Amino acid sequence: MIELRNLSKSFVTADGPVEALRHVNLTVNDGDIYGIIGMSGAGKSTLVRCINMLERPTEGSVLLDGQDLGALSKKEMQQVRRKVTMIFQSFNLLMQRTCLQNVLFPLKLAHAPKAQAEARAKELLATVGLPDKANVYPAQLSGGQQQRVAIARALATEPQVLLCDEATSALDPKTTQSILELIRQINRDTGITVIVITHQMSVVQEICNRVAILEHGTVVEEGDVSQVFSRPKAAATRALVFPEMSGGEGQLSSGYGQLVRLVFEGSITTNKPLIASMAMECGIAANILGASTRTVGKREYGYMLLEIPGGPDELARALKYISTVPNVVAQVEAEYSGKEAAK
Amino acid sequence: MNQFALAFTPEKLQEAWHVFLTEFPMGLWETVYVTVLATFFAIVLGLPLGILLVTGDEKGIRPLPKPLMKVINVIINFLRSVPFLILIVMVIPLTRAIIGTSIGSVASIVPLVVAAFPFVARLVESSLRELDPNIIEMAQSMGSSTMQIIFRVMLPESVPSLVTNFTLAITTILGYTAMSGAMGGGGLGKIAINYGYSRYKYAVLYLAVIVLVILVQVFQSIGTRLAARLDKRIKK
Ligand SMILES: Nc1ncnc2c1ncn2[C@@H]1O[C@H](COP(=O)(O)OP(=O)(O)O)[C@@H](O)[C@H]1O
Ligand SMILES: [Mg+2]
Repeated sequence: MIELRNLSKSFVTADGPVEALRHVNLTVNDGDIYGIIGMSGAGKSTLVRCINMLERPTEGSVLLDGQDLGALSKKEMQQVRRKVTMIFQSFNLLMQRTCLQNVLFPLKLAHAPKAQAEARAKELLATVGLPDKANVYPAQLSGGQQQRVAIARALATEPQVLLCDEATSALDPKTTQSILELIRQINRDTGITVIVITHQMSVVQEICNRVAILEHGTVVEEGDVSQVFSRPKAAATRALVFPEMSGGEGQLSSGYGQLVRLVFEGSITTNKPLIASMAMECGIAANILGASTRTVGKREYGYMLLEIPGGPDELARALKYISTVPNVVAQVEAEYSGKEAAK
Repeated sequence: MNQFALAFTPEKLQEAWHVFLTEFPMGLWETVYVTVLATFFAIVLGLPLGILLVTGDEKGIRPLPKPLMKVINVIINFLRSVPFLILIVMVIPLTRAIIGTSIGSVASIVPLVVAAFPFVARLVESSLRELDPNIIEMAQSMGSSTMQIIFRVMLPESVPSLVTNFTLAITTILGYTAMSGAMGGGGLGKIAINYGYSRYKYAVLYLAVIVLVILVQVFQSIGTRLAARLDKRIKK
């Protein structure tokens, strides 16, 4: 189990201090595939580098199975890094070494017996689907193949945690799929805990069971992927889940009324009558500002952004009506109506 | 000009050819071994220093105290800015202390090394700085010690670039041996000066220059080919 307690990290730069992380609290359970998602510059890489102490936190602590990593000596930390390994966006293979030598690299660092190490390295190359590339140099491989070698290398020391920093961001969608599938398979087979850093929602949807949304160095939302995605609370989450439904609302909205976001479990089209029946039964003619669907895990979710004309009374009636419809959750866009009112 | 033309009369050319056959083999041998040995010792001193310049840097894998790095840099810059002819004279006491004399080809190795090792250190520094910092981070994330990063990552990954730069070093040092030949050293430089400058036998001088040019070409093409052959990033 990995626990981040009140973790903060600031950098001293020429233009003053940069607070990359602010009081982050997270718990990653054994066997989780934990997604950490955020826009570029949100602090994701800094966060993941704090987990293996490539960056020293300015404040707070990182606990691995209860052990405070910040309190370890340099030697002890080198040991821990064999148990918490990492793959990267740019693969970072040793370009002057063969694939086999690359996979052997961490084993040699750990002074593993040669014959045993080679057997394990070959086995790992087979696991990642490249049994015939042992004596090939990385320059001869595609990006996806290079990342597979990097995964084999990261697994060599039988780690309990695999950190992936934008591991698929340099790959095309099809290759991304296959790499994610490999990570999921390894997680299933070995029970390894995986922390996936990404700026792509699709990656989290594909393999993660839990997710934290990072914005400006702060965790704005955290929980089960299906929970967080079906009922995104934070604006940053909504922006990630529905980039097309964020920002454009101002132009569409008449400015008289409240914005309400509906989340449907199941397809949005099956719920069409909701708007019509709300108009007939409550006399509220909601204005549809946007609609979209997303598949999270195995479930499909529909989202709809409504504008309820009128004042608080109409809003209350609309919400009451919506609450009677099964599988639909409504959220009032409080901050949005505030913005509108200010105009 | 008249004198210059007179330097290439058939008799003079024949005399030059005679010098070429009798003195050049020894001169060439001296030049080659002085160059190779000086380069070797320059690398022995310059390589660790170059590594230190990179790893000891503020952003390096093992930062050293800033004042220390400053002093090292100042010394390197100082040695690199002293003209070679003056450096030869400056290190005469050192040469005498090490070799026992300051005359001859063996003695000329000392000033060559003193002049070349800071240059080599800078070349090593630039080779190592070319390395993708992400690779270093990868090695750190796998629990490498400082020494493991240097010997298992930085140096092996920089081999092609190091070979290219060492080739530059050896050809530069070859040029310097000719200069040290004029200042009491041996080799082709000495022959060129003895005949060409002191006795106006330009034909000998030109022959010496031609041989030196060929030697540079040989070193350069061996180095270039070796670097290409060693570089596994090149698809073959
Ligand atoms: N070594 C550093 N020195 C100074 N600022 C840094 C450093 N590393 C990261 N930062 C800053 O911290 C913030 C978060 O960066 P990062 O963790 O790389 O974000 P992400 O990976 O989410 O894109 C950025 O504003 C970045 O400029
Ligand atoms: Mg990043």
